Amino acid sequence: MKKLLLIVPLLLLAGCSSSQTWGWYVIDPTTQSGWTNVKFLISGMWATIQISLIAAVLSIVLGLMVALPGLSEKRGWRWVNRIYVEFVRAIPLLPMLFWVFYGLPIVFQSMGLNIPIDPFWGAIITLAISDSAFTAEIYRAGIQSIARGQREAAQTIGLNYVQTMRYVILPQAIRRILPPLANQFIYIVKMSAFASVIGMQELTRRANELVVTEYRPLEIYTLLIFEYLILVLIISAGVRWLERRMGADERG
Amino acid sequence: MSEAAIELAGVNKWFGDFHVLKDINLTVNAGEKVVICGPSGSGKSTVVRCINQLEKHQKGAIRVDGVELTDDPKSVATIRSEVGMVFQQFNLFPHLTVLENLTLGPIKARGLSRKEAEEKARHYLDRVHIPDQADKRPIQLSGGQQQRVAIARSLCMEPRVLLFDEPTSALDPEMISEVLDVMVELAQEGMTMVVVTHEMGFARKVADKMIFMDAGEIVEEGHPEHFFTNPQSERCRKFLSQILQH
Ligand SMILES: Nc1ncnc2c1ncn2[C@@H]1O[C@H](COP(=O)(O)OP(=O)(O)O)[C@@H](O)[C@H]1O
Ligand SMILES: [Mg+2]
Repeated sequence: MKKLLLIVPLLLLAGCSSSQTWGWYVIDPTTQSGWTNVKFLISGMWATIQISLIAAVLSIVLGLMVALPGLSEKRGWRWVNRIYVEFVRAIPLLPMLFWVFYGLPIVFQSMGLNIPIDPFWGAIITLAISDSAFTAEIYRAGIQSIARGQREAAQTIGLNYVQTMRYVILPQAIRRILPPLANQFIYIVKMSAFASVIGMQELTRRANELVVTEYRPLEIYTLLIFEYLILVLIISAGVRWLERRMGADERG
Repeated sequence: MSEAAIELAGVNKWFGDFHVLKDINLTVNAGEKVVICGPSGSGKSTVVRCINQLEKHQKGAIRVDGVELTDDPKSVATIRSEVGMVFQQFNLFPHLTVLENLTLGPIKARGLSRKEAEEKARHYLDRVHIPDQADKRPIQLSGGQQQRVAIARSLCMEPRVLLFDEPTSALDPEMISEVLDVMVELAQEGMTMVVVTHEMGFARKVADKMIFMDAGEIVEEGHPEHFFTNPQSERCRKFLSQILQH
């Protein structure tokens, strides 16, 4: 295993010296054309971030709406939650993306609605729904970790369901919920690469397009991987900061 | 006509197959103090929790101020506004200060202004003898202080009836009396109280009626004088001799 790890950088180095296999020139920022290519590749970053952020926000809202019936005393409501979570979790992202992008507009049409779905919103809707099954479970676990006595005490001072959640349960549960929720954001960023197949001009799509014109897949996809790596590392640092803060709050 | 503050008529409850309350009949008149005792697992908590609908009974009727408890959200709202509850584990809100614990209900459920609610809160903190802890978090207080905050929190809702479920059982011995003192004061001021406790000194001092429960039934019921000196049932006699020994 260790040997294997050594081989990878050696290969990369070897590639730098022999232009037969490696052609770093395509993304060499010191040359005019290389720099143009790099700018082209990185310019997909904004779309990736936008899609991921909006999908994450929607998933956070949707996840809570799915989680709450799962905590109900009424069996029927719990079923609604179980079916949604199990169903959504079972669908692979790519088929869901196709269904939303190509299928959903037809559903809308048959209902007499003219709602076009562009790649941007198609990707966001798919990512948000797919992720919401996971955020719902995070909420459920977080809320269930708050002792039953808290809810009962809130009820006995006259708070209704929404007030109990808003002022008593969620402010306490948020410490358990926020770090895993932020972790889930990493999943969204990585999955947003699928948006490339419906024509969304994000990181992966840009890389694909450049590969077609330059025919240098190894270099371009290597850079692509590093682009995602940097994004994810930044988010991870944010998650760790959040976990430390939440931990400190709990102790204080 | 003066209606009973609380009336339980033929109340039955099951947890699955387990018959936890068997034909409970109990009347608490306004101003009365009722003390419930009995061995662990006999259903004392369940009775109290049924009265404020934290648990649903399946048979019989519970009336609070003449209003029968049903599934109707309105009847539950009535209970919540008239009946306060003090728990064994205090159940204070750890993320809020003492003052915020006390003002949350009055502001959100009663629609009081912050200023009115804080005045009320400070008034009741005074009544439970902890006027200077308003800005602390519950965790910074001793157990006895926390339970007194919990009592003040209930009082802020100005209930007509206060329920206590073993309010001193989770406390260190040296803190029990500071909580009981507050409860005695409340009793003397005329509050209607239903108290589950094994503190027989307290019961002797304030109770108008003693209830002994065993295995989901009210086995014995009576004025404390007769109850302590001349219990009718063998089970009650045994129980009393056990807890009065120490
Ligand atoms: N939520 C519940 N589900 C099932 N059984 C319960 C539940 N709550 C209490 N019980 C059972 O009901 C019986 C009475 O409980 P409880 O009213 O708490 O007794 P007590 O307060 O007198 O100790 C006990 O045997 C207890 O195990
Ligand atoms: Mg109990």
